[in-house]
Amino acid sequence: MIQPATTDLITVHIDGKEVSVPKGTNMIEAARRVGIDVPHYCYHSKLSVVGNCRMCLVETGMPAVDPATKAPIIDPATGRQRVNWMPRPAIACATNAMPGLHVRTTSPLVKECREGVMEFLLVNHPLDCPICDQAGECKLQEQSAGYGRGYSRYIEQKNVKPKRTLLGPRVMLDDERCILCSRCIRFCKEIAKDDVLGFTDRGSYTTLTCYPGRRLKNNYSLNTVDICPVGALTSTDFRFKMRVWFLKQTASIDTESSVGANTRVWSREGTVYRITPRQNDGVNDTWMPDSGRVLYKAIRGEGRLESVRVNGTESALDFAVKAAAELLTKGGAAVVGSGRSSVEEQFLTRRLAAALKARAWLVSRVGEGDGLLISADRNPNVRGALVTGLIDALPSGGLDSLGALIDSGGVTSVVSVGEDLAAAGLSASQLAKVSVVYLGTDANATSAAAKVVVPTLTVFEKHGTFINQQFRIQRFARAVPGVAGATDDLVVLARLVGAVGGPILGADVGTLWSAIAAEVPALATMSYSSIPDTGLLIDGAPWAGLAFAEGPTLHYTPAAPAAKEAARV
Amino acid sequence: MPAPDQHRIIFRHVDEPGYSTDLACYLRNGGYEVLRRAVKRRPEELIDEVKKSGLRGRGGAGFPCGVKWTLVDRKSGKPIYLVVNADESEPGTFKDRYIIHQDPHQLIEGSMITCFANKVERAYVYIRGEFPEGARILEKAIAEARAANLVGPNILGTGYGCEMYVHRGAGAYICGEETGLIESLEGKRPYPRIKPPYFPAVLGLYQCPTIVNNVETLCHVKHIADMGGEAFSKIGTPNNTGTRIYCVSGHVQRPGYYEFDVGRLTMGQLLYEVCGGPLPGRKFKAVIPGGSSAKVLRFGERFKGKRKVGAEMVEYDWGVEDVPMDFDSLGMVGSMGGSGGVIVMDDSVSMVEALGNINAFYSHESCGQCTPCREGSLWMKKITARMVHGDARAEDGALLKSVADQIAGRTICAFGEACAWPTQSFVAKFGDEFKAYAQARKEPGAEGAPELV
Repeated sequence: MIQPATTDLITVHIDGKEVSVPKGTNMIEAARRVGIDVPHYCYHSKLSVVGNCRMCLVETGMPAVDPATKAPIIDPATGRQRVNWMPRPAIACATNAMPGLHVRTTSPLVKECREGVMEFLLVNHPLDCPICDQAGECKLQEQSAGYGRGYSRYIEQKNVKPKRTLLGPRVMLDDERCILCSRCIRFCKEIAKDDVLGFTDRGSYTTLTCYPGRRLKNNYSLNTVDICPVGALTSTDFRFKMRVWFLKQTASIDTESSVGANTRVWSREGTVYRITPRQNDGVNDTWMPDSGRVLYKAIRGEGRLESVRVNGTESALDFAVKAAAELLTKGGAAVVGSGRSSVEEQFLTRRLAAALKARAWLVSRVGEGDGLLISADRNPNVRGALVTGLIDALPSGGLDSLGALIDSGGVTSVVSVGEDLAAAGLSASQLAKVSVVYLGTDANATSAAAKVVVPTLTVFEKHGTFINQQFRIQRFARAVPGVAGATDDLVVLARLVGAVGGPILGADVGTLWSAIAAEVPALATMSYSSIPDTGLLIDGAPWAGLAFAEGPTLHYTPAAPAAKEAARV
Repeated sequence: MPAPDQHRIIFRHVDEPGYSTDLACYLRNGGYEVLRRAVKRRPEELIDEVKKSGLRGRGGAGFPCGVKWTLVDRKSGKPIYLVVNADESEPGTFKDRYIIHQDPHQLIEGSMITCFANKVERAYVYIRGEFPEGARILEKAIAEARAANLVGPNILGTGYGCEMYVHRGAGAYICGEETGLIESLEGKRPYPRIKPPYFPAVLGLYQCPTIVNNVETLCHVKHIADMGGEAFSKIGTPNNTGTRIYCVSGHVQRPGYYEFDVGRLTMGQLLYEVCGGPLPGRKFKAVIPGGSSAKVLRFGERFKGKRKVGAEMVEYDWGVEDVPMDFDSLGMVGSMGGSGGVIVMDDSVSMVEALGNINAFYSHESCGQCTPCREGSLWMKKITARMVHGDARAEDGALLKSVADQIAGRTICAFGEACAWPTQSFVAKFGDEFKAYAQARKEPGAEGAPELV
């Protein structure tokens, strides 16, 4: 890749390889760029540097120059400038790029340093691997195998500290396993802004604990479990459930809010076991809220719809689609779409509304943003509805206007794509007045009142894309197959569109995108597979004047009101 | 050549009958005259005097005081702080204690001169928690000085103001480490900071430029301001100027504190003449010259090499008794001048047990921030404790050395060296004792040897 000529790139030499890095880059990151792994525990790219594990010790040196003339001193053996290596190793995480800096990571001294630190970490570490959740993703295991001595010389008694202490409702602490890297303390203080963890006692008896009277219960507590390099902090939800090497990892998106935090869904044989964040430096760094991690429990939730029903009796999909089309084509149809639907589903919903010549509503969900990774807009994909043209203004006033039309007799049938109309504001009597076609995952007042019910899939069971608050389109993928009896939303929507007289469209994401790219101007140049893992920013200018409800989050600043005024004019 | 006489500049009034800690007594003895003269000079002149004097820190590292003051960041516009390191915790050192308890105004005067020279407006005395009486004495002395406008908003009517506060520690050796001290002063756990980038001269207390100096060093500043840097540099030996207080403890007839010109007496003169030699019927075995962090010297060792005397390189061939008591000579023979705490051990001491005592101290005091020191110091303690109270193995000496080698040079602060050097040097110089310890324990002790409790 051709580096653009910028003035603040500094060239350093790592194990003889040259790498140009921006000013302020530390040597762990610089080494990563040339494929060299510098082992570490306490360093984390998103937290402050403390330099207390000492695992990243490397040799550093500067080129030798004659002190009087400043001329470079050439080593006759190699013909190159000699490097003065510092006798004392330096920590790579705290060594920032300087012009001419040389780093060695493979010398005998560095090897000794790593073996020494590894030995020291294992000296008081309990032999818990067989019962520890971290096995298979444990930095201690990986780095002792990669850089350790391989045998123990320790014959004394190991320190005993409190084991299985509940720090909070979701996090369990085992103090003996803790290597005192302080990542969790720094995370809670710097990122979650909830300074609740700290060390107590001294020396090798130092113990992690909550401050007196406090508990680790903020909505980002499980991130400490992610960043803990060992099994000291573990998730109470995932505790003892599954060994991580059996789990398949699938990229997904947190549907809690329009932040669109990137996630990773871990599943085995059709069951999801846990959700962790996926790194996206443009959206969520390496974090996600705790409340997004429990969303997978809805897959096997109690109210999960599992059979297609027409007028209360179990039926087949074809019959249900036919029955729904009959209800909807009588005239007076309304379409209620969802901000939780994917872009593809919203595209088809718009086709449905167009074919029915019906107006489309979107249910808005506005709550309080936490300034971090939950925004005020609790729908993940309102912008998808805007971009696909399903709606052209932000939803407001709930479903009042729909209720009024129902009361006046203007609307006699409603198709709801995943939204409970009663919860969205329609009264029981209004609901009783119309024929409802419900496509959704869970039983609710609407599905009970609906004439046609088609169970659909949760976000974990299908492919698709969402557009987040930054107008970034991001993909999510299927982690587990849908429950028996549920149909892919795209399949049922495409069939419905065809059944009510609209065009016949493909129902899988790949073929559907040819139609999307052709018809949606903002997505014109894309295909599903061309969207990178970290998403793609699309041009949000056409919607810049809308009064989005969100305040700032980790990587989003709302446009200034003045700019919005100007855009609106 | 007989030992020189003591040259009690700092300790002039310590143990003087009738001398008290109140301001009136200090003033009667010419106190604060130097401050009066100093505030009439330009601050830069005073810094120059200290640079010319060649004063080296008396807290343990021996870093040139003038150089330290030069490194202070004076361009950032941030306030400059002075921290007086009165956390005297190095085992074997007990000199600052007497300055604080018996002549506190000397410290206050030296500190105020330092503050004036460096445009400091706030000074903190960090005194170890185990000196409650000293803290009271110091607070009372500062209050007296403030009442007399020697400390406070308008010192001696010059318009220059500097406040001084006493802050008590709570019993941790690591609070004597300059950045550990700063962290403790800020109210946090005393975890030393990584240097770079947190050099106190640039990013110290509250991330402002800070000077951290030892009590004795600041007292020397007063005398430098009095007699001039050049006169001070003529005392002692080149590069090791002034006087220093040697705290001799252990198996000598007259343990105590003695102030001599640096390097003008040898170890032998100090121990045999000044301190009266070993106890009756015993022989000297080992001596730690600079506080327990310094490497031990074995009586009977020879040190050979070349050193600079004047303009020439001269050969030396020393026994322990011949080593001059200055920073450079002690450094040349593989130890250090350190804090001046001379710990003497005679032939009744088992070096394994002595090391066990030292290791217990360091493992207890390790702050626990970085891996090698935290785990290594406790491991070394467990090894020596097992040797002394349980089963010793012949290879334990080699294991101790190997563990210590993995600590030194790999830690955040010098505590790594402090806990590793005793182990390394004891095993290097008394390795035979370590190897033979397992067997020696099984045999009955020598007649009259002290029982190990």
